[in-house]
Amino acid sequence: MKSKSLSVVQCTFGIMVAFCTLAPFAWLFISSISYQVDLQEVPIRWLPHRITFERYINIFTNSKNEIAYAFRISMFNSLKVAASVTLIALVIGGLAAHVFAKFDFKFRQGFVYLFLFTYMIPSVVIVIPLYLFFQKLGMLDTKFTLTVLDLTFAIPFVIWIMQSYFRHLSKDFYEASALDGCSRLQTLWLVVVPIVRPGILATTIFVFLLSWDEFFFSLLFTSSLNAKSISVAISEFSGKHAVDFGMVATGGILAALPPLLIAIIFQRFLVSGMTAGGVKE
Amino acid sequence: MQSGLRHRWFILFSIIPALLFVFGIVLYPLVQTFIYSLKNMDLLSDHQGQFVGLNNYTHALMDSDVWSSIGRTFYFSGVSITLEMILGLLIALLLNEKLRGIAFLRSIIILPWAVPTIVNAAMWKWIYHPEYGALNGLLMQLHLISEYRPWLSSPWLAMNMVIVADVWKMTPFVAVFLLAALQMNNKSIYEAASIDGASIIRRFFTLTLPFLKPTILVLIVMRTMEAFKVFDLIYALTQGGPSNGTMVIIYKAFIETFSNLQYSNGATLSYLIAIIIGILTIVYVKVLKLEEGA
Repeated sequence: MKSKSLSVVQCTFGIMVAFCTLAPFAWLFISSISYQVDLQEVPIRWLPHRITFERYINIFTNSKNEIAYAFRISMFNSLKVAASVTLIALVIGGLAAHVFAKFDFKFRQGFVYLFLFTYMIPSVVIVIPLYLFFQKLGMLDTKFTLTVLDLTFAIPFVIWIMQSYFRHLSKDFYEASALDGCSRLQTLWLVVVPIVRPGILATTIFVFLLSWDEFFFSLLFTSSLNAKSISVAISEFSGKHAVDFGMVATGGILAALPPLLIAIIFQRFLVSGMTAGGVKE
Repeated sequence: MQSGLRHRWFILFSIIPALLFVFGIVLYPLVQTFIYSLKNMDLLSDHQGQFVGLNNYTHALMDSDVWSSIGRTFYFSGVSITLEMILGLLIALLLNEKLRGIAFLRSIIILPWAVPTIVNAAMWKWIYHPEYGALNGLLMQLHLISEYRPWLSSPWLAMNMVIVADVWKMTPFVAVFLLAALQMNNKSIYEAASIDGASIIRRFFTLTLPFLKPTILVLIVMRTMEAFKVFDLIYALTQGGPSNGTMVIIYKAFIETFSNLQYSNGATLSYLIAIIIGILTIVYVKVLKLEEGA
């Protein structure tokens, strides 16, 4: 039997949690469709009496609006970089994770910890030599460089997460497929990959979110729309004085949309991915 | 029997790309940064620098600014992680109940975590806005404040507001993580305990908390490592200000390097951070091993 007062407490807490979770999103969205004048009203008006989708239209259609154009291009930059990082990190990191989890060899444990450490160290520690290096090569401000830099943390991350998935795999699969005449690569591709598919999906989502969220490298290594990411575009614009708050909100909504959709659609896999990173080894 | 040679080739083939890639671009700069930290490089005077031994380190460790930025990093990490743990645990316990509307709450709870950090920062900056911000508007209408306040203009308050933004984004992560652990819990023990007449608070402290302890430990270490590296949020919300109120150690290293162009000082601070993170990594691995053994 549950006491009545407990239900009341639970209910109140639940409503507060829901409010705190959703209210900032709601306000961001309202700001993005309000006129600038209305946003500057004091006292504040929560529900605007007139709305506009002009900023969204500006971002998606090729207009003369400089900021809208910057947001659109940088969104595509982020998308391209995040997609390449995800793909490369999964292949390179996945291969290594599989071996680390399933084979025994010299220095195995040491390598795993070294990778973990590379994932953990803050980017600021390695950024000066990298900057000078890419500057010398004349490769600053390119999507390629940004992809390479993101891989420095994406690959160790994939290794760390994926090996916990591979570890749960029974040795029997390997023996059975070896008896059937599969080479090791065939075993990996035809037997192992299908079994750990949920784990691969979870890892894919995480790496994509991680590189979509990346800010530090893009801030330092990109300067023009050639490679600038959406995070940098938003922070640059919101840092300026006398900003159009609605425009920041619109850019924010659009930048948050891909990860939010992913989080909603793949929630189940996300949870398994989160916990996978935190267990075992 | 398969030959050991092919076995070895497969291992090499699998790990060499990752090794080349990561250590090629991480290890070299890591060593290079260490060398910088032993020199007196300064881009303003444009000299390559002579070796000065551990001078930079002793200087940094005697600099009270460095210590206060380390102190701020601890404050940020300590307060935000404590709040995230308590709130996350309460939310996880709530989400584990069978109540009306819980399915909805479960599906939305993760959303703040998915928001990119920079968007999160820009959003809170707008909410905290001194003249038109939603926070001022809300508190005013609830009669909790009598006039609009600049939330990011005094050092201590600004730090706490940065913490609020971090807590908003990261509490869902903690809650979902703990919920996953709770769902592996054995329900029948609870039922037995509640038939025995154990109160809900007693049940929490004697059954739930010990059960969750390993997960909580893992979360605390994971979050500590991340909190120590907080950069994006500070950059977009306060830029380390006002009057260094949110100048955490990473941000200080960043400013030294890229604004003041004191490469060696920046490198030294970076290395101090790397050492702390290295220690935390060891603790993390130890905690994971403990959990596995338990």
